[in-house]
Amino acid sequence: MADSKQPGPPKKPLTLAEQVMQQKQTYDQQAYQRLADGVKPRHNVLVNALNAFWVGGSIAALAQIITLIFIATGANPQDASTAATIIMVFLGAFMTGLGIYDEIGKVAGAGSIIPITGFANSIVAPAMEYKREGFVFGVAARMFTIAGPVLVYGFVVSVLIGLIAYFLK
Amino acid sequence: MSIIMAFIIGGLICLVGQLIMDLTPYKVTPAHILVGFVTGGAVLSALGLYGPLVKIGGAGATIPISGFGHLLAQGTLEAVRAKGLLGAFTGGITAGAAGIAAAVIFGFCMAVLFNPRG
Repeated sequence: MADSKQPGPPKKPLTLAEQVMQQKQTYDQQAYQRLADGVKPRHNVLVNALNAFWVGGSIAALAQIITLIFIATGANPQDASTAATIIMVFLGAFMTGLGIYDEIGKVAGAGSIIPITGFANSIVAPAMEYKREGFVFGVAARMFTIAGPVLVYGFVVSVLIGLIAYFLK
Repeated sequence: MSIIMAFIIGGLICLVGQLIMDLTPYKVTPAHILVGFVTGGAVLSALGLYGPLVKIGGAGATIPISGFGHLLAQGTLEAVRAKGLLGAFTGGITAGAAGIAAAVIFGFCMAVLFNPRG
């Protein structure tokens, strides 16, 4: 801090005692910072992880319940799983429209991002936000701000996997 | 019972994502998480590691976005077996069609119907 360029009274050369005091202060500050860094984020990491776990788990459990209901009504497991996915996408989009999903996201972090409901959220939220820019460049283009990269890399990897599988066999 | 397993597996996948966001020194945005989990899920699936997770966890493994990657990868592999090179291009997107269509249709409707709060 001694060499920081602050406007103010011209600096007098420091005495040795003052220099020592200043260095000690800097050292104390650094020590405190290390201590704070060691304690604070660890707590946050734990709470965040727990919240992500139970919210993400609950969304998955709800989807599993929907899947079981479809199976009980006679759908085969594959179709039941697809139908459950569609319903979860609907719920994610609907709750984003109502403004509920973003409230969940503040608490759950990755627990609300990673499930397919979070994918729906990433489509609706920016599209809604930029609606005033029109239905082409506002709504339709902004829908893919985050979903676009997801689809691009998903498709690229899936085609690569297909090519590798084809040439390996 | 399968509901509890879905809760645990789905929760664990989200927990891994949260730890990546909190513990890596880079700024990891939701977009990075989604892209990473789709590609990660697809690669794990192609290596045969994601299938067992779906067997154990059901929706717990298919509802996270990594399950979408799994769907793309398995669709591609199946189509390559059935149709050869053409399948490498058609398989993944065919398998993911329901999810993609639902996301686009519902996403568009909700964005048109609702306005952001605040």
